[in-house]
Order: sequence, then structure tokens, then C-alpha cells
Amino acid sequence: MKWRGDYLYLVQNLVLKDFRVRYRNMSLGVLWSLLNPLVMMGVLTFVFTRIFPQSTPHFPLFVLCGMVPFNFFTIAWLSGTTSIIDNAGLIKRVPVPREVVPITTVLACCIHLMVQILLLLAVAMFSHKGFNPQWLWLPVLWLLEIVFVCGLAMFSASINVFVRDTRYIVESAGLVLFWLVPVFYSSDIIPKRYIPIIEVNPVAAVVVSLRKILLNGQPPAVSTLERLIAVSFTVFAIGLIVFRRLKPRFYEHI
Amino acid sequence: MSTSDGRPAIVFDQVWKSFSLHAGQMLIRDRLKHLLRRRRTEKFHALREISLAVGHGESVAVIGHNGAGKSTLLNLATGLCRPDRGRVEVHGRIAALLDLGAGFHPDLTGAENVRINAALLGLARRDVRQKFDEIVAFAEIGEFIHEPLRTYSSGMQMRLAFSVAVSVDPDILIIDEVLGVGDLAFQAKCRERILRFRQMGKTILCVSHASATLQDFCTRAIWLDHGRIVDDGPVPRLLEAYKTAMSPRAVYTTG
Repeated sequence: MKWRGDYLYLVQNLVLKDFRVRYRNMSLGVLWSLLNPLVMMGVLTFVFTRIFPQSTPHFPLFVLCGMVPFNFFTIAWLSGTTSIIDNAGLIKRVPVPREVVPITTVLACCIHLMVQILLLLAVAMFSHKGFNPQWLWLPVLWLLEIVFVCGLAMFSASINVFVRDTRYIVESAGLVLFWLVPVFYSSDIIPKRYIPIIEVNPVAAVVVSLRKILLNGQPPAVSTLERLIAVSFTVFAIGLIVFRRLKPRFYEHI
Repeated sequence: MSTSDGRPAIVFDQVWKSFSLHAGQMLIRDRLKHLLRRRRTEKFHALREISLAVGHGESVAVIGHNGAGKSTLLNLATGLCRPDRGRVEVHGRIAALLDLGAGFHPDLTGAENVRINAALLGLARRDVRQKFDEIVAFAEIGEFIHEPLRTYSSGMQMRLAFSVAVSVDPDILIIDEVLGVGDLAFQAKCRERILRFRQMGKTILCVSHASATLQDFCTRAIWLDHGRIVDDGPVPRLLEAYKTAMSPRAVYTTG
């Protein structure tokens, strides 16, 4: 049966639900979204300016350009992966279009992301790297990352229904990616033959482009953008196809 | 918005539905073992070759012992799962009261939960704004509507969920064992609401073990046993036959 209803209203309600549930029981509320990147920024800045001194200028801003997209990626991907299982009651009892579940979960993480983006921009202003016209690229980059994560989440969420270990694989992948994405080092120091690893990774592309925009006032490289668009939409399409294939069997397996 | 263009509201055509008994094992280890041994998965047939048609305006009860396939039949009609074989067709807007408050969250207020559940059932923003007061009034929640759901008694939660579900104004109402909600006064109110539904020519498909409820709401009954339709006919006759078969004195063999 086709679900007939107001998709926009449904998505809005589910995103708000996720957000409210997450923050209602936290006395600091949205401040938690600031605390994690601030602490990480502090620790990494300490390590890489005092213990392993580096010549990277504006290191706090530099490292935050890595932390914010990376944090969003890992949190949104993991909560998206477990979303179908976490909402088993909904899947088993309400004939709501299933795609809505992982996508709203990822979108709920965007509220968290928005707070962190504000922090990032505030630190950029504070580092005497004020507004420049290249900032207009920022929404494009974030949108592409969200498309990418939605695709990945649909893929892993549907697999997770059948193989419950998937979430642990996703968790480990997050840890590995912290090192493979240039979060705390510059992509310039990567030897040429390893560059392709970075280039096909949308999270790395976002990090590299963010640094160009916020630190150097340059637009993102065209080749980076092309790859980012291609990979994000391909992953989204694959995620959607796999999800659609598997969703008729969710009911029996959760 | 009735869709009575000659087609029945609900059609099952030779429907089979089974569940794999190993569906509970879902770690990589189990998957690998399964792959290596290539043993056949054992299946539990919840429904076997079910064919039925429910016309618009009919109110049909599904009866049978626990595990006879009643809930599976309702879930298939609601569109939560698909049949292994055969065809399920539904014409008209469905509201299913399968599990009151499936989308409810204890930390959110009654009002927030009402909006989420209404959106899940397919109501648009405009409808919700229009019907919100009516929903709250029907549930008799009063000022509690702005308190978190965990502060509600279970009766209050049920009343709220029922109010949301009936506010959708569906063509087909599917009800699974949820009519014992609230106190006697509220039960009477639910009963009245459902009877009004019937008078409006809506279709009802329900499961209940309370024979009084069934006699009230339904004219036709379908008796399921081990996934097959045993009998299909008027409620009083089927309830009588069912009671006889279920009584401990009856010699009862399963097929």
C-alpha cells in the first residue's frame, strides 16, 4: 500500500522528535554540541603546537576545519546505521515509508552540525580570517556531505537489519577514518601515490575545501568538487537502491 | 472521501505468508554458519492460501486462537509486510490501530506526541492544526497535554493514541486487540465512535478476544486456524462454533 501523507511535515516532525529527545535530558542542551569540538580542538592544538610543534598557521582553525565535518560524518553515519533497529516499533507497526527513517536520523544530526558550523565560523572570524566571498561555497559543501552520509546511512542501515554486526564495523570505520581523513594534518604532506585515497573520500574533500575557503580565501578546486559531487550522488543512488531492495524484508527481521 | 468504485476495500488472493524460524540469528557468525552448512531454513507458515474480500462498509472480525495468523493478516492488509505468494489489494485510506502509541516517546509531551503520530498516520500540517483541539478533547487529557508522556497513566496514553488514530478519518479502520482502552466511560466513548464509523459506511477489520466487542462492531467473522480460513460467516454463528471448538471438552485436533 502506498503511504499517502505530508512528507515534509512528517520529516520535520521526526527530525524535531529526534532532536528534542536527545537534548531534553541534557542540562547543557545544545552546549554539548560545542563542548566536544572545543575540547578536541584544544587537545589537538596542544599536542601539535607544544608536543610535536608544526608550522601550520592558525592551528585551532585548521584542526576545527577537520573536526566539524568529520564529527558530523561519524555521528550521522552511526545513528543512521542503527536507525531502523532503533525505530523497530515504527517499522513493525506503522506503514510509514521506510526511507524516511534513516534520512530523518541523519537530518536530526544536522542541527548539531549547524551549531558546530557557527562555532567554526566564529573561530574563523576570531583568527583574523574574516568573511570572504568564497564563504558562499560553504552551503554547497555541507549539502554534498549530507547527501553522501544519507546514502551511506541508507546502505548500512538496511544491511544492519540482516547482519547486526554492521554497526560495530561502522564504529571501527569511524576510528580508522580519523587517521585517513586529514583532520589534524595537512593534505599537502601526503605523498603523491596515496593522494587518490584522499581524493575519492568526500569527507576529506570537504575538509580540504573548507581549509582553502576559510584559511586561504580560495575557492575549492574544481577537480575536488567534481569528485565530491560524483561520489556523493553515486553513494546516495547505491544506498537508495540497496535500501529499496531490502526494505520489504525488514519486517521479518526486526 | 470514499473510494467505492465497485472494488472491494480489501482483497486477499491466494495469500501465503511464512516466517523463517532462524530470523533471530543475525550476527556474522550465524550467517557464515548458515552459508557453510547450507541447511534449509525451517519456515513457519503464518498464513496459508488465504482468499477473501471485504467490501466497502463491511465490518469484519478475525477470530482464532493465539498464533492462528490474525495479526499477520492485519499487518498484511496494513501494508507492513508483503505476502510470499499471492496478492493483497487495498482500496482506500487506512488507519491502523495495531499497537496504540507505536510512535510515542515517553520524554516528549502529549502535544508533541500527538503531532508526530498524526504525521506518521499521514495527516498534513493543516489537518493537524484543525483537529488538534478535537483530539485532545476526545482523549480527555486536559492540562496534562503539555506534560511529558511518562507522567501519564497507561489509560491516558491509550486514550491519546486512540484519539489520534480515529482523527485521521480513514476509509478503512484496522484494529488489533486495542479496544480495552481506558476506563469504562472511555470504552463506551470508543465504542460509540467506532459505531459512528460503521454508520458512515466505513470498512472495519478487527481482531479481539472479547466476544461482546465483536458482536457490537462486526457483522461478519472470519475464523482462522493455523493460518487457514476455517469458516467465514455471520458473527453470532461463528462465535458459537468457535466457542464450542475451544471449550476444553471438545476433542480438538489440529491439521
